[in-house]
Amino acid sequence: MRTITYRQALNEAFDEEIQRDPNVFLIGEEIAEYDGAYKVTQGLWKKHGDKRVIDSPISESGFIGMAVGASMLGLRPVCELMFWSFYTVAWDQIANNAGMVRYMSGGLINCPIVIRGPANGGTNVGATHSHTPENVMATIPGLKVVCPATARDAKGLMKTAIRDNDPVMFMENTMLYGIEGEVPDPADGDFTIPLGVADLKREGADVSLIAHGRSVLVALEAAEILSAEHGIECDVLDLRSIRPLDEDAILDTVAKTNRVVLVDENKPFCGISAQIAALIQEKAFDDLDAPVQRVCSLDAPAIYSPPVEKEQLPTAARVIEKVLAII
Amino acid sequence: MPVLAESTTDFSKAEVNATLTAEQKRHLLRDMIRIREFETGAFEQYQKKKMGGFLHLYIGQEAVAVGTVSLMGDHDHVITAYRDHGHALAVGMGMDECMAELFGKRTGCSKGKGGSMHFFAPDKNYWGGHGIVGGQTPLGLGLAFGLKYKGLKGCALCFLGDGAVNQGAYHESLNLAGLWDLPVIYVIENNGYSMGTSQKRSSAYNTCLAERAAGYGIIWDVVRNGSDLYEVREVVGRAIERAHTESRPTVLEIATYRYEGHSVADAKHNKQSLQEGYRTKDEIEHYRKNFDPIGNFSHKLLAEGVATEEDIKDMKKAAVAETRASVTFADESPYPTLDDLHADVYHEVDHDTPAGRTGRHFFND
Repeated sequence: MRTITYRQALNEAFDEEIQRDPNVFLIGEEIAEYDGAYKVTQGLWKKHGDKRVIDSPISESGFIGMAVGASMLGLRPVCELMFWSFYTVAWDQIANNAGMVRYMSGGLINCPIVIRGPANGGTNVGATHSHTPENVMATIPGLKVVCPATARDAKGLMKTAIRDNDPVMFMENTMLYGIEGEVPDPADGDFTIPLGVADLKREGADVSLIAHGRSVLVALEAAEILSAEHGIECDVLDLRSIRPLDEDAILDTVAKTNRVVLVDENKPFCGISAQIAALIQEKAFDDLDAPVQRVCSLDAPAIYSPPVEKEQLPTAARVIEKVLAII
Repeated sequence: MPVLAESTTDFSKAEVNATLTAEQKRHLLRDMIRIREFETGAFEQYQKKKMGGFLHLYIGQEAVAVGTVSLMGDHDHVITAYRDHGHALAVGMGMDECMAELFGKRTGCSKGKGGSMHFFAPDKNYWGGHGIVGGQTPLGLGLAFGLKYKGLKGCALCFLGDGAVNQGAYHESLNLAGLWDLPVIYVIENNGYSMGTSQKRSSAYNTCLAERAAGYGIIWDVVRNGSDLYEVREVVGRAIERAHTESRPTVLEIATYRYEGHSVADAKHNKQSLQEGYRTKDEIEHYRKNFDPIGNFSHKLLAEGVATEEDIKDMKKAAVAETRASVTFADESPYPTLDDLHADVYHEVDHDTPAGRTGRHFFND
């Protein structure tokens, strides 16, 4: 199969969906003439023009709120937050308008919008630009949350997110944009991946590593070392979608290995892994042979200092340490 | 203190009003009377503890919603803030569904999920009913964007209060509206008070609040007497025309007045002196006497020979009866159930699509 980067995979998803549905348009800061701050939308403005690929002024509340309003009339806006960290200035529009207009109208209105962009630390841009708000988004019933780890998943999930009739918060990662992976050729047909379906990225019978986003790669790296150096084989379950959540896949892997380490770039307090841990103790308590362990970002604002930030994020070494402690 | 001023112009002669038939004029008066009676009835029911939360009454401002909405064509849309009952009835929502919503009943327009601040009727181009001050202003912009994107000749009428003009979302919206030539009309219903804070204590401005639009290259205009339905129609009509023909935004400021408090639980809105509250009983009385939209328009229609005293009495009687019937309807309607909590959250779940059946959407036990 051909390989393309995570960035190209997203670009292809936009290109295909813009051509498929006249109601789909992209909007964001520097996404059109500048080709995108991270070049995810490269070439799309040249190809599709001003109507479909729109440069917005720096007004996240304004243009995201505008997109929510447009989606109420049936358009399908795909909004780029240059960094997901900027959700804070658009939070009222995201939480109250995108997230709740359907409910407050008794189901009369829906909001088929995608809000996307990178949500990660690790690039030495300081605390304000390093938020991972998937946990914040997932606390709002009405929003959906997706965090792909690979090029294949990024494309398949993005196409589904755009077609979904609910607001989807799509979390990418600047450290993944350049990573290549196998993605089906468009010539072989329309390729989508449903939301709410996790993916077992590696199989092993001893321990389950459950992760989402770039932490999946950290978990896979740890699994390689555990296998090579300790003879421990890990299931690595990639959640892919946070809300809806593939609960069955989580319970299946726990039932299989009886030991779990959750790997999560969120901070530990109320992070996604806290929710997963609660779910496991509630529904799979009898399957557990050891307490559920977590490897999260260390609980402080994201530090700038490059060598220290690397250690603040989940690392394979910390995953290995947790695995060895419960095996 | 006074925000309203009598105009020296006779707006009944303006083309948009001169072309109204007698029946249309009576209908406009009837619409205002229906809003007044509905809200008077709602207030009584609130005092009987039939509803919870807030109740922001529109009484005194009726000419703004009715005058504006009466100009809407097929592709014109309306969205407003939390003082939304008047606009809802003006676009043609029924009293039953509105009263039932206030009562938190399943038969309410939002199935009892929205309450007073969140009435919606997208089938009537009415997009709410929004609780966060200024939060609806980008949505109104989005409706205008959607119209332009689809190539439809229409506009979005986005109402906001004089307190909302100080929210950032509104200013971002103005910039985008001006930048992208979007057919949105921001209608500032200036009733003089953002909650309990007077305009002078809350806003920095030169001559008026609408004038700020000039900084964004947006045309602005004012209605000095928002209790004159004819004046409202004349000024709003020009803005709609501009939106339709030039796809340009407008900011309008309509001077109006609310007789009741910010919400009905507002102990400081009608005191004897300004030492005790933010406005006085005398001030309210001044507006009731001189700037009542229903009284004002009734006089005009009587003078024009378009309606008789009897007609107006009948309108009121009918509105009172309709209100009473809506209270009975609301009283007799069932509450939503705990099972209803999880409907209307996700479209895909509600429609039982493959996406709605995949993965866990709710996280109760």
